[in-house]
Amino acid sequence: MTWYHTLLQHLINGLALGAVYALIALGYTMVYGILQLINFAHGEVFMLGAYFGLSALLLGQVTGPLPGVWCWWVTGMMLLAILGCSLTGCAIERLAYRPLRRAPKLSLLITAIGMSFVLQNVVMLTYGAQDRHIPSVMPTIRWTVGGASVTAMQVVLVCSGLVVMLALHLFIRRTRVGWAMQATAQDPVAARLMGIPVDRIIALTFALGSALAAVGGVLFGLYYATVNFHDGYLMGLKAFTAAVLGGIGNIPGAMLGGTLLGLLESVGAGYLSSQWKNVFAFVILVLLLICRPRGLLGERVVDRD
Amino acid sequence: MTNGRGQRPWVPVLVVAGCAVLPWVGLNAYHLEVLATAGLNALLALGLNIIVGFAGLLNLGFAAFFAIGAYTYALLNLHLGWAMWWALPVSAMTAGLAGVLLGMPAIRVRGDYLAIVTLGFGEIVRIVVTNLEQWTGGPNGLLGIAHPSLGRYQFGVESRPYYYLSWLLVWIAFVACVRLSQSRIGRAWAAIREDELAARCAGVDVDRLKLTALGCGAAMAGVAGCLFAAKQGTITPDSFDFIQSVMILAMVVLGGLGSCGGVIVGAVVLSVLPELLRGVAMYRMLLFGVALVVIMRCRPQGLWGHGTPAR
Repeated sequence: MTWYHTLLQHLINGLALGAVYALIALGYTMVYGILQLINFAHGEVFMLGAYFGLSALLLGQVTGPLPGVWCWWVTGMMLLAILGCSLTGCAIERLAYRPLRRAPKLSLLITAIGMSFVLQNVVMLTYGAQDRHIPSVMPTIRWTVGGASVTAMQVVLVCSGLVVMLALHLFIRRTRVGWAMQATAQDPVAARLMGIPVDRIIALTFALGSALAAVGGVLFGLYYATVNFHDGYLMGLKAFTAAVLGGIGNIPGAMLGGTLLGLLESVGAGYLSSQWKNVFAFVILVLLLICRPRGLLGERVVDRD
Repeated sequence: MTNGRGQRPWVPVLVVAGCAVLPWVGLNAYHLEVLATAGLNALLALGLNIIVGFAGLLNLGFAAFFAIGAYTYALLNLHLGWAMWWALPVSAMTAGLAGVLLGMPAIRVRGDYLAIVTLGFGEIVRIVVTNLEQWTGGPNGLLGIAHPSLGRYQFGVESRPYYYLSWLLVWIAFVACVRLSQSRIGRAWAAIREDELAARCAGVDVDRLKLTALGCGAAMAGVAGCLFAAKQGTITPDSFDFIQSVMILAMVVLGGLGSCGGVIVGAVVLSVLPELLRGVAMYRMLLFGVALVVIMRCRPQGLWGHGTPAR
């Protein structure tokens, strides 16, 4: 392998990882856009998505080779995860955020932390504290593109990420509900005066963000073949970093930030040591924020007062 | 109520007497250990309160300063044989300096973005400490850090002396914080917190005062770190992760942002609550999470916060 092939391989791996980051980052950014709130429980929703995917397989009693077509299994996992996570997302909003809407912003941070302890421990008590193996549903096909290897899983990961993000983009730009979401993000009071049911729109935003995290969770579980109840924390932290990198509150920014973080991390881990890859991500984040305080694509002045 | 002087002068006397007598009224070693840890947490919470509560700078990487203080003492002790008493001011200085150095570029970043820069800083410190194995022992941490002694008296591994020492430091820090909040600097911090632009227009040197807040808060965490290393005798990077930063912030917010008495209450509640829940073993952290949500829903301004919510 020449240097060119190695770099290409890192870029492909990074793209796959970046798609997962982007999917989670979208949930952070959408909620932030509307409530100016860092939803710290979002990482746990992502982790829950992976476990819902696992549950779908357990319900179908898959242990060995798959009966039937793999596409249907993946669809089933996705549907269960999306349903479960959307409901969880709405429940979090209803229990921990809505009652505190008039309270200082930092109080919501604490309820978010409380919810994330609750979710982690519910999962731990249900599935156990050890790593859970997720049976490989996907066929293990491997192509060689320009000297680098691409697995079918990676292709599915990037493609489903793209499809979901495109769908989200169209939903927000082209539908009436999407317009209502944009209006609520711009000015909740004016939106309410225009007859937009702001509370329902906020709940919907949580449901939508959680559904995206669910897709990310299922794909993550299939890609790494194992899941642990601790996974939400670090992935959530990094996805959040990605959201900030792109400019929080900005939807294309989250996609860009996620992809970029995945690429940076993969290349950084490949050329520097893998131990230092997390430092790499955070140093870039800190430097970028200091040079360009609103992230790459953030134009809106986001200020807390 | 941040200051009992004037109306009720006996309150502080009673509190001090209560704290002093507590170890002799049937508390066992385990209780004392929990309370000593609560004292350390109260020290951390008071430090973070200067940054978040007084100056209004959200910080999500506060454990980094705690780590810097702890590793400063550990390295000074292991390599140069320094006693804790000499290392205490040095730990405060290195942590405070780190706070100011982080602040110099970060001060321009505002609101939630500052929170993320500090979060990034916290993670960077933790990972650097984990990876610099020849200095910090990597993930295994540093072992055999000397316990302090006072004249002939050895502190040893028992909790009682640490209980007294940590709560003595909490008391000093508490008085310092209350005085600080009522001083010219404290009023300038309040002005920055409420409206930065107005403060700047009124002639407040915003940047310098923000750095002062970061430095003071971080120095307090450095003292806590030094004491922590001396008490444990062993430190590992795990003690200084993001969850630790978040827990300190939870103590501050739950107790009452900006209220010195409140954050101490918050620190004690959040240190003791998980221990009280040990009876329910598996469900401990689950119930702890529920408790956080319930307390915040009942008292959004914190257990001992001011009636008007601060931003």
